Amino acid sequence: MAKHIEVRDLNIYYGSFRAVRDVSMTIHPCAITALIGPSGCGKSTYLRALNRMHELVPAARVEGEVVMDDQDLYAPGMDPVEVRKHVGMVFQRPNPFPTMSVYDNVAAGLRLNHGRMRKSEMDGIVEESLRGANLWEEVKDRLDKPGSGLSGGQQQRLCIARAIAVKPDVLLMDEPCSALDPISTHAIEDLMAELKENYTIVIVTHNMQQAARVSNYTGFFNIGGTGEPGELVEIDETPKIFSTPAHTSTEEYISGRFG
Amino acid sequence: MSTPTETRPTSADTEPPRDRTRLVRGSLPRWAPWATLAGAALLAAVPTVVATGFSLIFFALCLALCYVAGIFLWSRSVEGTRKAADRAFTAVVTSAFALALTPLVSVVITVVSKGVQRFDTEFFTHSMRGVVGAGGGAYHAIVGTLITSGLATLMSVPIGLCTAIYLVEYGRGRLARGITFFVDVMTGIPSIVAGLFAYALFTLVFGPGTVNGFSGAIALSVLMIPIVVRSSEEMIKIVPDDLREAAFALGTPKWKVILRVVLPTAVAGISTGVTLAVARVVGETAPLLIAAGTTASTNFNPFSGQMATLSVFSYYEYASPGVPPEPYLERAWTAALTLMAIVMVLNLLARSFSLLFAPKTRS
Repeated sequence: MAKHIEVRDLNIYYGSFRAVRDVSMTIHPCAITALIGPSGCGKSTYLRALNRMHELVPAARVEGEVVMDDQDLYAPGMDPVEVRKHVGMVFQRPNPFPTMSVYDNVAAGLRLNHGRMRKSEMDGIVEESLRGANLWEEVKDRLDKPGSGLSGGQQQRLCIARAIAVKPDVLLMDEPCSALDPISTHAIEDLMAELKENYTIVIVTHNMQQAARVSNYTGFFNIGGTGEPGELVEIDETPKIFSTPAHTSTEEYISGRFG
Repeated sequence: MSTPTETRPTSADTEPPRDRTRLVRGSLPRWAPWATLAGAALLAAVPTVVATGFSLIFFALCLALCYVAGIFLWSRSVEGTRKAADRAFTAVVTSAFALALTPLVSVVITVVSKGVQRFDTEFFTHSMRGVVGAGGGAYHAIVGTLITSGLATLMSVPIGLCTAIYLVEYGRGRLARGITFFVDVMTGIPSIVAGLFAYALFTLVFGPGTVNGFSGAIALSVLMIPIVVRSSEEMIKIVPDDLREAAFALGTPKWKVILRVVLPTAVAGISTGVTLAVARVVGETAPLLIAAGTTASTNFNPFSGQMATLSVFSYYEYASPGVPPEPYLERAWTAALTLMAIVMVLNLLARSFSLLFAPKTRS
């Protein structure tokens, strides 16, 4: 299940523009790694490079290595579609498929990837995933209703259920709570704490309290200036980053003195 | 009357002075527009009767002018310039709407009143085979219209839809730009040219004078493809990228993302677009006149022999009636009415498609 990721000298480009420079970090299994930093510093770009989602943007490319349990995701011959089956993603805005019911949304990943499956087996996975996303009790009576009829927080948990239904090894979360109210945010944070038992989780967040609350490791990204690439300033255990960071820019950022 | 604190001198000149701390403005009673309309009608009637006896067009023109002026002046004296301008522009827009509606209503009334005489069972069950003078029907033409339009749809929808998918999901660079350009050019092709194209094509392939239903369908699909491409392209474009990303992040191959997520989300708009494209070509006359020809008897085979269609039938009955002309003219009008009914049914279908397939948010 949960996998260990080693990133070495990762450079990410959009055409000739270098968006992220020389990132190296270790992402630990069964732990939450939070990425913080000012807007435009390349956190989301970096996150999307971890499951090759950034390739959907024309002219985007990557140099360097992302090694997941001895396999370089960017080695020649690696299939990005296969990579994404192992590295799931939850997005900033809840995006359930509008044409599908709650049930079909959760089953979507399985149906799209594995084709036909026995109904009883599918029912089991859907219930397990919805329970895993702490949503089962709220939606068990309306599984056949449209997924977009749920509240924002429920929709986001539905998207998490959809992501974990395909049983990935790693879960990437791109500001999963930024569109949600504090109560829904709390529900998702609780959920992340449970999910890290079985998954490697990487979360991008603008909310430093959230990073401090939920994560085991925190990485701080910064940007030299406009047009400069973003870079990883430091990454360490969360308590250390928030108490005695090695760099002054980290301390300035988390204490709110700039950015 | 201007107050020194007023920043916009034009409105200060025209509005009565008011206490700037009060937020309440005067307002006209609810019946004001109707009262103004009645007053304007009386006012407009005088010059109309004096100048022209009674010309409806002249009266409508005077009425519109009087109403706009009347409501503007009245509203300005009570409500101020902004609301007066609002009322005046509402009146102008409404008049423009009425003007645009006039020819439509006129066509409907004319076609229905003249076409209803022969809107009977015989018209829908008999062809013109062996009919001279009264009687007969347009069964052969209705069959021909359905066959040619149906074949054109069968050819245009796959081609158009695939082109749209290519343009939105795959197309980059020169090829995509070229296709977009030629689709735009195709949109502007005069329909007679499409007919000539089909005729020339069949002449080249099957020899001179090959005129049949399939040739007509080819001509129609030349007109239909660009419409399908355009409407489908727009509909596929507005599917949010969020949904594509969500599907990709589940490890789904691109073709499945398009087939299972993008197209189902856009299907309401696509089917509406296709139905409207059918409605657009079903009434074409010129290309069918050249490519499909005409005949008096029913022809179910689109690959052999000429095929009558409603629009061409209507045209011939009207353009070259026999003696006496009345039964021919009546058939022409009824054919037009039938065509209009078909188009209306298609439009209603398009509406119900978009309601039926639209993504549902309410539970």
